[in-house]
Amino acid sequence: MTMVFGIPIQAFLGQLLVGLINGSFYAMLSLGLAIIFGMLRIINFAHGAQYMLGAFVGYLLLATAGIGYWPALILVPLIVGLIGVVIERLAISRLYNLDPLYGLLFTFGLALVLEGVFRYYYGVSGRPYATPPLLSGGTNLGFMFLPNYRGWVVVASLVVCLGTWLAIEKTKFGSYLRAATENPSLVQAFGVNVPLLLTLTYGIGSGLAGLAGIMAAPVYQVSPLMGSDLIIIVFAVVVVGGMGSILGAIVTGYILGLAEGLTKVFYPEASSTVVFVIMALVLLVRPAGLFGKDA
Amino acid sequence: MTDLTLSRESAGAAGPLQWALLALAIAALLAAPFVVYPIFLMKILCFALFACAFNLLLGYTGLLSFGHATFFGGAAYFAAHAVKVWHWPPEAGILLGVAGAAVLGLVMGFFAIRRQGIYFAMITLALAQMFYFFCVQAPFTHGEDGIQGVPRGELLGFISLHEPLNMYYFVVAVFLIGVFAVWRIVNSPFGMILRSIRENEGRAVSLGYSVANYKLAAFVMSAALAGLAGALKAIVFQFATLTDVTWQMSGEVILMTLLGGIGTMIGPIVGATLVVALQNTLATSGFPVTIATGLIFMACVLVFRRGIVGEILARLPERHSKQ
Repeated sequence: MTMVFGIPIQAFLGQLLVGLINGSFYAMLSLGLAIIFGMLRIINFAHGAQYMLGAFVGYLLLATAGIGYWPALILVPLIVGLIGVVIERLAISRLYNLDPLYGLLFTFGLALVLEGVFRYYYGVSGRPYATPPLLSGGTNLGFMFLPNYRGWVVVASLVVCLGTWLAIEKTKFGSYLRAATENPSLVQAFGVNVPLLLTLTYGIGSGLAGLAGIMAAPVYQVSPLMGSDLIIIVFAVVVVGGMGSILGAIVTGYILGLAEGLTKVFYPEASSTVVFVIMALVLLVRPAGLFGKDA
Repeated sequence: MTDLTLSRESAGAAGPLQWALLALAIAALLAAPFVVYPIFLMKILCFALFACAFNLLLGYTGLLSFGHATFFGGAAYFAAHAVKVWHWPPEAGILLGVAGAAVLGLVMGFFAIRRQGIYFAMITLALAQMFYFFCVQAPFTHGEDGIQGVPRGELLGFISLHEPLNMYYFVVAVFLIGVFAVWRIVNSPFGMILRSIRENEGRAVSLGYSVANYKLAAFVMSAALAGLAGALKAIVFQFATLTDVTWQMSGEVILMTLLGGIGTMIGPIVGATLVVALQNTLATSGFPVTIATGLIFMACVLVFRRGIVGEILARLPERHSKQ
């Protein structure tokens, strides 16, 4: 059997794949956080809860209405995004003139409520969500066995991340967003409806979290606690990447996912903490983050 | 940029009225165990001290730490281990907890003060989560079981803390010492510099203060006092578990401070009392505590950011604003 650093290559690649999958979700979530932060100057603590909400909406669509994975892939982001829009209009829009810490505290409360509600009705145990038939099974790549759904997650998340990045960099709407991030009052003076832009941004960010949630549902189990553990790691990712750059958030997400996978191969005890260790090291060397511009 | 503390400062030069109120409050504390269940009171006092320690950082330095559970829960583990396994007397165990929390605070603060505002909050949260995973894996914490059956022991070798009233008065003494320490720090020249950092960090730098050192010092002091509360709780309840190092615990102390009033001396005490009382009530009602906690958070941020005490102080006649 082929070995890499004294480890069977199958095990090595397997863990690398797990890392890549985790990295896909880190990337999608930190992307949403960076978009929301760029526009609203608010750290969305509820991002993990919205990811959990996405998985649960997908689960409930299937369980109650028989709506399967593929339609859910469209419906879930819309539903979660719409909920985000309502929350922004009702509450978050009142916090823009305050210290950003209040936004963090409000969304923290929101996350607790969302998590608490689902915990109350569904308990803490995970519920399985079946892999869609089209993607069940796996492919033998010669050097390793790749479950089809996992391959799909990696590809789809790459498409979503790059698509979002292109939409922000290349489209008219994206240029409004970037302009409003730089100087909201000037953009407002040009006749762009900035409050609407803020609402849409929060909706899009929440929708991305929901999309990540439904994509995660067949990989991990659907559980009320799935978001809160993840969000803290994603925060560390965001600190490492710096929130100044969308692309930076995406790249950092994948890198840290892979780093976690590699740690599982060589030193499993540290796999749950490696992301935080990397964060601490980056803070020592480059306090503004790898891609950050702000101090 | 920080408008975290909207309330007017009330600490400082205390008039005769304040002294009378303070004496009344202490008298009430001393009489309370004859009216209310002492264990419940001791829980309130531990959390009130924790919230005061946290407020030293958030209210008077303007730093939002999302990782204070590390110091509270960490100190609880240190004290419980020292007392149970090494058979240290309770006062030595508590001191070890305080020292341990201070060291943890030094490490976490060293990294966290490199960034400001929300990044600071996220870094402390991430490092606290790292400490949580450490506690899950480290053998001396006994993982999910925690350290149980910690003996309360004999204070100074002759006062049995197994006697509920002895334990209670010891907790009151530690609580008063801790709160006095916070009050002393806040009203010292050092505390004034902390406030200037909170109000305008850039200006504090331009005045020649090495802001990073002051922030780190405040962080370590706050961590040590939070550790005092955590270690005390471990002795009172005779156990130390993972619950005390979770991010939920960090959130709880933020809630207590926010609800009572950020940047007020008695706000965190009021907040802690209300939150602990609420948790006790909810525990029997079946309504999930998480939901209630989240709702209070949202209501506080949206409706009364000054907190209960802060709102009351803001409505009092002008007397407070002159000093």
